[in-house]
Amino acid sequence: MNTMGDFWVVNAGAAVPVVAYQLVSLILFFAGIYGFLTRRNIMMMLISVELILNAADINFAVFNRYLYPGQMDGMFFALFTIAIAACETAVAIAIIINVYRNFGNADVDNLKKMKG
Amino acid sequence: MEYTLLILLFPLTSFIVLGLFSNRLSHKAAGIIGTGALLAMTLLSFYAAWDYFTTPKAEGFYQTLIPFNTPWLHMGSHLHIDMGILLDPISVMMLVVISTVSLMVHIYSLGYMKGEKGFQRYYGFLSLFTFSMMGLVLSTNIFQMYIFWELVGVSSYLLIGFYYTRPEAVAASKKAFIVTRFADMFFLIGILVLSYYTQTFDFGTLMSGNETIFQHALSTRFLGASALVWAMALIFIGGAGKSALFPLHIWLPDAMEGPTPVSALIHAATMVVAGVYLVARLFPIYVAFTPEVLEGIAWVGAFTSMFAAVIAIVQTDIKRVLAFSTISQIGFMMVALGVSKLEGHEGLGYMASLFHLFTHAMFKALLFLGAGSIIHAVHSNEMERMGGLRTYMPVTHLTFLVACLSIAGIPPFSGFFSKDEILAAIYGYHTGLGIWMTVAAGFTAFYIFRLYFSIFWGKQTQYAHTPHESPRSMTFPLIFLAIPTLLGGFIPFGHFVTANRSVYTIHPDWPIMFISVLVSLTAIFIARKMYQYAGTKTGEASSGLKGFQKAAYHRFYVDEVYLFITKKILFNGIARAFAWFDHHVVDGSINGLASVTDWVSIKIRGFQSGEIQWYAYIFLFGTLLITALFLFM
Amino acid sequence: MTEQIIFYMLAIAITVFSIMAVTSKLIVRSATYLLFVLLATAGLYMLLDYYFLFAVQVSVYAGGIMVLFIMAIFLTHRPGTEVRTKHGWRIGLSVLLSLAGLLLCGDIILHNAVRLYQFTDAETITMQEMGTAMLGSGKNQYLLSFEMMSVLLLACIVGAILIARKTNGSEKETKETDQ
Repeated sequence: MNTMGDFWVVNAGAAVPVVAYQLVSLILFFAGIYGFLTRRNIMMMLISVELILNAADINFAVFNRYLYPGQMDGMFFALFTIAIAACETAVAIAIIINVYRNFGNADVDNLKKMKG
Repeated sequence: MEYTLLILLFPLTSFIVLGLFSNRLSHKAAGIIGTGALLAMTLLSFYAAWDYFTTPKAEGFYQTLIPFNTPWLHMGSHLHIDMGILLDPISVMMLVVISTVSLMVHIYSLGYMKGEKGFQRYYGFLSLFTFSMMGLVLSTNIFQMYIFWELVGVSSYLLIGFYYTRPEAVAASKKAFIVTRFADMFFLIGILVLSYYTQTFDFGTLMSGNETIFQHALSTRFLGASALVWAMALIFIGGAGKSALFPLHIWLPDAMEGPTPVSALIHAATMVVAGVYLVARLFPIYVAFTPEVLEGIAWVGAFTSMFAAVIAIVQTDIKRVLAFSTISQIGFMMVALGVSKLEGHEGLGYMASLFHLFTHAMFKALLFLGAGSIIHAVHSNEMERMGGLRTYMPVTHLTFLVACLSIAGIPPFSGFFSKDEILAAIYGYHTGLGIWMTVAAGFTAFYIFRLYFSIFWGKQTQYAHTPHESPRSMTFPLIFLAIPTLLGGFIPFGHFVTANRSVYTIHPDWPIMFISVLVSLTAIFIARKMYQYAGTKTGEASSGLKGFQKAAYHRFYVDEVYLFITKKILFNGIARAFAWFDHHVVDGSINGLASVTDWVSIKIRGFQSGEIQWYAYIFLFGTLLITALFLFM
Repeated sequence: MTEQIIFYMLAIAITVFSIMAVTSKLIVRSATYLLFVLLATAGLYMLLDYYFLFAVQVSVYAGGIMVLFIMAIFLTHRPGTEVRTKHGWRIGLSVLLSLAGLLLCGDIILHNAVRLYQFTDAETITMQEMGTAMLGSGKNQYLLSFEMMSVLLLACIVGAILIARKTNGSEKETKETDQ
């Protein structure tokens, strides 16, 4: 197993270690999860979801760049993810506006009432 | 004599018709149906009585006839409950009494209850009561009697609470029902004990004089007395509850919240003497096997009669005076039963008791109906609001006077004969008890004439509108009942009803008659002195007696003692503990089951809460768990 | 070395702003922090030599999506009002779960990701290459995905309009109130 010491020694002199990117996206990801879990406002939850998606995008790009430098698959996945995020945001905002119109606020608790 | 079944069917049909169609019938139609059915029943009862008493006696004894009997419920191999009709001297006598009084009350109510809301319901209940009372006296076995006994209690409850919008009436009906029901519990236990040891409910078998069926009950001992003694004592407690004997009398004065004709029928003439009838019915067992219980009955009756008479002296509500008077008179009947033996002259008490039951039913119904007539005219129950009514209401006045003289024991009114036979029987048993009862009789004369003079004489009270004589439908029953009150004493009662069912000719006991008439006249004289012209002040006694008077006015605080016992001890002490056990242990286990299910379902429901973030928690938790499992396992 | 400094600055920016974005009580500030995070992410793409991705990130994400966000926020919130969060124990649970996930995944990353993979210089991807990859149907080409994405976008536009449009009932209501 590797140790931290090995890690830094081996990567000395290299540009930026892949693990650093990983850790950044990790923090981004769990910050998003924390926001998703704690916020009552749907808009805030949506912001958190964007953070999570962004973390995923970073991972796609980073793995592509470090593992398969000659290929473009990861980058395309990141691209498509951005496009999907755009779609998702558009639909989500439409839903939020509808919720707001019906309940007077944009709290996620309102959605409980939509159970059949 | 199968036609006697119709005696039960007439009021039952009337009740069913009135009960089912009460809303569709006019007041007039309801009155006609109820009274018509009663009239038919009364005529039939009279015919049955004539038929029965003219049937040739076997060897000088009246026979027990069972014209109809059918097994109804089988319990085990021996025990079965029958439904049937039993005719013997006392049941036939009761038939006459009940049908007469009931018919008079039905007619009287046509005028008294005119225009009342629920008139049809009232007549329906009256029919139900008459049916139950008839069923009670005609029962062939003790369990059938118990069934009708409870039916009587229910109809009494319904009629006391007839004005169900008045809280006092509702409270009174509940009180009457609970107190009598409490006593009936002992009755039922007594029946069960008796039937367990004798293996029969049937009166015929019980009265057969066959000692072998009681052997088992007599030989089984419990707490120093034989099982039979316990059974008969418990049965007597049931009778004491219905007959309002001390200390179970507390419901009767309150029962006066019901309509006055109801008081006349149920709480003066018929239902309250059911206890007397019960003891009379089982008299052969009491006298032959449990004389100690019979002696107890005598003492309870003696105490009750004096106790109630004293209270009656200071009451101001005329119906309450009459209610306590009823309690007192029932005490007389019970004493007479208690001191009686079976044969010949020693059986005088039994005969006198039932004779008094008969005459009392007539004159007390008359008193109550007269009181109803007065209340109808004055619109108040309080004696202070009355006075000088004799000029306004001559018929009521005269009939009321007849009844007063009768209850006071003045010859030649009916009460004189029956009461003197009772006194004679008591003197024959125990002189001290005889003196005690003579004093009670004197009190009776005093309080009834206090009532009479306060109402019809006394000072002229100013009335809001001039009282007038009641309509004919109300005065007719008064006049009709005055006839047996006047002449009933001359019925040779001993020829019809005696303890051993043979014919017994009553020999007047002149010294006792003389003494009791003297006592009564003195009491009447004192009452006249105090109340005829002295206004309607309610007997200001001398200062030394003030406290006693106050206590008597509050009925010697018996109600308060009951309240203390029930509220403080029973409700707070015992009932709370049971309630706690019930709530926490019995209910708790069931509720526990329910709440576990509830809890589980709430938890399961939580998974489908629609709360998106809760789903996210679960999802994340699961993902992490699986990741951790893969990583570390 | 310059790259490293830039990376760490971006990394710190992403970390700080992402955490601030999810903890801020004012929704507009949250959105602004999100914008910073998105821009910093775009910077990371630049570091990775993905210029097209950088451009898309800035224009679509930081431009288009953020405009949508800001617009929706102003439609549904009065400025200056604080947004509500979950109850205390929920926040505690969230912190716990997030930290647990962070540690777990961090553990995985530190033990498995992979010091052996070194940053190698590669030729910058040209637009031509990208265009052929996107519209080709051979190996490592994404025509199907691309077209599906276009259909998805169309469906999204239709769906968003359909959802956000006022229903018939509410239209009537508004008409009535107008009158």
